[in-house]
Amino acid sequence: MTGSKTIRVLIAKPGLDGHDRGAKVVARAMRDAGMEVIYTGLRQTPEQIVEAAIQEDVDCVSMSILSGAHNHLFPKVVKLLREKGGEDILVVGGGVIPEEDIPGLKEAGIAEIFTPGTPTGVTIDFITKNIKRN
Amino acid sequence: MDIRAGLSSGSKRAAARLITMIENGDPEAIEIIKENYHKTGKARIIGITGPPGAGKSTVTDKLAKLVRKQGKKAAIIAVDPTSPFSGGAILGDRIRMSDLNTDEGVFIRSMGTRGALGGLSKSVHGAIKVMDIFGYDYIFVETVGVGQSEIDIVKIADTVLMVMVPGLGDDIQAIKAGIMEIGDVFAVNKSDREGAEKTATEIEVMLDLNGMTEYRPPVKNIIAKDNKGVEELWEAIEGHYEYMVSSGNFNKRREKAIETEVLEIFKQNLLDKVMRLQKNTEYLSGLIIKVFKKQMDPYTAALELANILNKEEGK
Repeated sequence: MTGSKTIRVLIAKPGLDGHDRGAKVVARAMRDAGMEVIYTGLRQTPEQIVEAAIQEDVDCVSMSILSGAHNHLFPKVVKLLREKGGEDILVVGGGVIPEEDIPGLKEAGIAEIFTPGTPTGVTIDFITKNIKRN
Repeated sequence: MDIRAGLSSGSKRAAARLITMIENGDPEAIEIIKENYHKTGKARIIGITGPPGAGKSTVTDKLAKLVRKQGKKAAIIAVDPTSPFSGGAILGDRIRMSDLNTDEGVFIRSMGTRGALGGLSKSVHGAIKVMDIFGYDYIFVETVGVGQSEIDIVKIADTVLMVMVPGLGDDIQAIKAGIMEIGDVFAVNKSDREGAEKTATEIEVMLDLNGMTEYRPPVKNIIAKDNKGVEELWEAIEGHYEYMVSSGNFNKRREKAIETEVLEIFKQNLLDKVMRLQKNTEYLSGLIIKVFKKQMDPYTAALELANILNKEEGK
């Protein structure tokens, strides 16, 4: 018996801001799109996020940040994931991120950045099309 | 990824991938489990169940930390419900376990029920085996928030911890059949709240009526978030284990668990085979129409469906 593959996504809030309304809305939309969303809660360190991503064997890590520390925290998650053998895990980010920071983040291995106002369908569509495992 | 090599080197990534393969019904995963099955049986499996919001995840977090202090390795399987409509799920049990994330001796895996109704996922059996093979001393299995009849946990755990909270209903709830009968140890969590003593008493009265002589499940008042009463709770869990071993019930329970598992696999395989054999001919949909038009009854239809297997053997 070969079952169907369910996409698993880790939703994480790195850093110190305490606003997870956006992350929860995205989580709910992903659930309704048939994904399994592992929600880890607020104030996660990159180490915690990466460890959770490995143990949960997710296809995608989706981070939300509103505190301005994205240039430090997002690339660190990508780097740690690679060190732990999770290079095939898609990493995306969202939150309050200035346009001029986006090229640098993509350079660092974050596949896409979703800024405020992005319809949830766009994010879900991107993840579905870009996860690296079939 | 080479799962087999990862298994022998103790890579968490390999273990995690193997569990995913089990969840997705990958036949290769079954082969790997078969090869390593002789390594299972060492871990102690502790089930944690109770109504939604009782504090199962928080209790699990504290118990895992306690066994870590004793130098033992802890695995956690946390099950949350899958949406019956989209097939998706929000698995949020890790929120209460954040600081266990980076502990080398801890492995946490969240699972959706994916259609199973007994409070677990049907892949839990497989995930337990993977963690057992990996050498975790304790495997905590946290069920979904349960109502009155989701009792599958008793079929796989050596000890079932029932986490209750004050204020969920009158004492008639405690004498109904079902979920309250499967607790080996009871914890009344959030015991700083009004009614905690009353809840504990109601459970005690229920246990009185059960008239058990050999072993009586202990009832512990705890406040898990403040880590109050957790050590006493752990002693009660250990007490149950000691009773199970000395009475010979430990092995009996495991044998019963194996019986259940073998029969479940058998049923699933049989069902898969029938579904596969009838697929091309759409035999089942034909039978459904006949039953719908009252040309046949469902009992006869089920027998007819089973006849597919006989025909297959006759070939």
